[in-house]
Amino acid sequence: MSPGVERSGLANERPAREAVIGSSGSGQARRRRGGRRRGGGGERSMVPEAEFTSYYGRPVVKPAPWEHDIPAYLFSGGLAAGSSLLAAGGDLNDLPALRRTGRLAALGALGFSMAALVHDLGRPARFLNMLRTVKLTSPMSVGTWILSIYGPFAGAAAAAEVVGMLPEDRLPRPLRLLRLAGRPTGLMAGLTAPPVAAYTAVLLADTATPSWHAAYRELPFVFVSSALAASGGLGMVSAPKEQAGPARRMAIGGAVVELLAEKQMERSMGITAEPLHKGRAGKLMKAAKVLTAVGATGALLGGRSRAVAVVSGAALMAGSACTRFGVFEAGQESARDPKYTVVPQRERLDRGEPVRYQG
Amino acid sequence: MIGKNSLFGPVDPAKEAGYEDHPPRKGFFTDTSICIGCKACEVACKEWNDVPDHGFDMLGSSYDNSHSLNADQWRHVAFIEQPRRTGDQEPGLRRPPVDLGMPTVAPNGNEVTLPDGTVGEKPDFRWLMSSDVCKHCTHAACLDVCPTGSLFRTEFGTVVVQDDICNGCGYCVPACPYGVIDRRKGDTDNGKAILNEGVAQKCTLCYDRLKADQKPACAQACPTESIQYGDVEELRERADRRVAQLHEAGIMDARLYGNDPNDGVGGTGAFFLLLDEPEVYGFPPDPVVTTKDLPHMFNRATAAALAMLAGAAISFLGRRG
Repeated sequence: MSPGVERSGLANERPAREAVIGSSGSGQARRRRGGRRRGGGGERSMVPEAEFTSYYGRPVVKPAPWEHDIPAYLFSGGLAAGSSLLAAGGDLNDLPALRRTGRLAALGALGFSMAALVHDLGRPARFLNMLRTVKLTSPMSVGTWILSIYGPFAGAAAAAEVVGMLPEDRLPRPLRLLRLAGRPTGLMAGLTAPPVAAYTAVLLADTATPSWHAAYRELPFVFVSSALAASGGLGMVSAPKEQAGPARRMAIGGAVVELLAEKQMERSMGITAEPLHKGRAGKLMKAAKVLTAVGATGALLGGRSRAVAVVSGAALMAGSACTRFGVFEAGQESARDPKYTVVPQRERLDRGEPVRYQG
Repeated sequence: MIGKNSLFGPVDPAKEAGYEDHPPRKGFFTDTSICIGCKACEVACKEWNDVPDHGFDMLGSSYDNSHSLNADQWRHVAFIEQPRRTGDQEPGLRRPPVDLGMPTVAPNGNEVTLPDGTVGEKPDFRWLMSSDVCKHCTHAACLDVCPTGSLFRTEFGTVVVQDDICNGCGYCVPACPYGVIDRRKGDTDNGKAILNEGVAQKCTLCYDRLKADQKPACAQACPTESIQYGDVEELRERADRRVAQLHEAGIMDARLYGNDPNDGVGGTGAFFLLLDEPEVYGFPPDPVVTTKDLPHMFNRATAAALAMLAGAAISFLGRRG
């Protein structure tokens, strides 16, 4: 160890790791406006731009390396879950058309989901590695297992539905058995469906992405209601109007709760709600609100007209898709701009409330 | 096993991971006050770990052309130029002054004698340099959210990716509160196959070297001992002494970052002495492991799922058409 070195230095001593650097300036205010400024499309805000410091405006956290596969999956997973619920209810309430469209829609949406999930991997060939462990701290692991339980039930129910559409006397015996499995597997699919729609909210929220994590209280409610709106919409489009009553009520209820939960979410997010109103995410969220409101109103007022039902149902599905893409994009944008990471953390430090373990 | 502090709070990470008998926790104390920005750490890391060298660019941000920590950059030296005075910097290479018996005037702190003998004002400028690295958090979000178990806790308390297990789901990337880990892209390198393409990559704290009782490559290469490697417990004490020494010398901006086991990530295995606020260096000022809130998230999602089931059931009350 070399001796301590004062400002004047010691002759011929190499202070190495104990070198004292020059005394720094006074504690002058040195916040500067950081971050990038993007022009165009931004609304005028009455709130002054938050001042913060950053390293050349570069991101602090990294955005997820996910393509549009993931928001598309968020939508289709929700659609599958809601459709399974509609199918189970249709089965129990003797609404065969609703049951059939629900089961087939669930399988289609689920198939798309799986393809999107595998495609988004950096090493798609290793997708089965998802199943080499069960990890409760990983929403993706839990979600994979949720899908692994739900998927076979939904698949079997859909298969039973297809078999049921074939002429019975020409069916080989094993396939006739499959038809009998339709009700139990369909009901199991319905029971295991809600976690499919809900876990995706935790998937996004359990990250350091500011606009996803800050939304963790309300996002599950936004996502499940969005799923109900979309699958109700699909039911309205595909089932004959004599059996579409439950689908319509599901769609309207989902839409109303989605709009309310989304509003509450934005209120609780603080500054990280900003990306939901800016740029592409802002347009998507606006479109989501308009489509959902229009679809719900159409379903409520004219849902018994076939034409109105189809248009409203499509609007609700589009609205749900816009919600998922909007939330996804807003999160990515919040990760790309250091403001949304630094400002909330700096504010709690300045309030004297850093996050510390309290014992 | 889920213990009281499994998701948040001070804990011995190796023991928490199930190692019964393990070596002391290893880490880095990076003292940025003596970093000279030579980037020897960046080079040594790339050489030892075979990290691809693409991604360099003229960025117009001082001497920083390696941009950030990412899949191909496991040490990253930040360069910050500030309009502030540094005072006297003591390189320790001065010749001893020869006393000529002449009367002298004590220099004031902001004056400097120029080569031609005139006395000038010191420039209003200082340079901050800091070698950033994976923090090897006590509560590592990347490890928590990894669905395959590719990311694991070593016996040294560090966090390492198993390249042959990772399927490139990318979940660790947004989970890291410091933006360290990244998925390696495989687009270039002159058509050559890229090692571990599509797989999450980050600092391993030279796990292979640690197992051979060697210093990590960056610490080995650091010429000023700005990067100090050792037992985390000892490094924390050393850091406390160092910050006290700097405060005593009037450098009140000196502060430690990541050394507190009660902070949002349970303290980091690699921590820093900084001369300005963390965000100046590109660090989050008060990072928190996202899984701290996981139990709450789980409850909310469960409530939402039940609400969905109830909502669907209610939809079937009423008219069929």
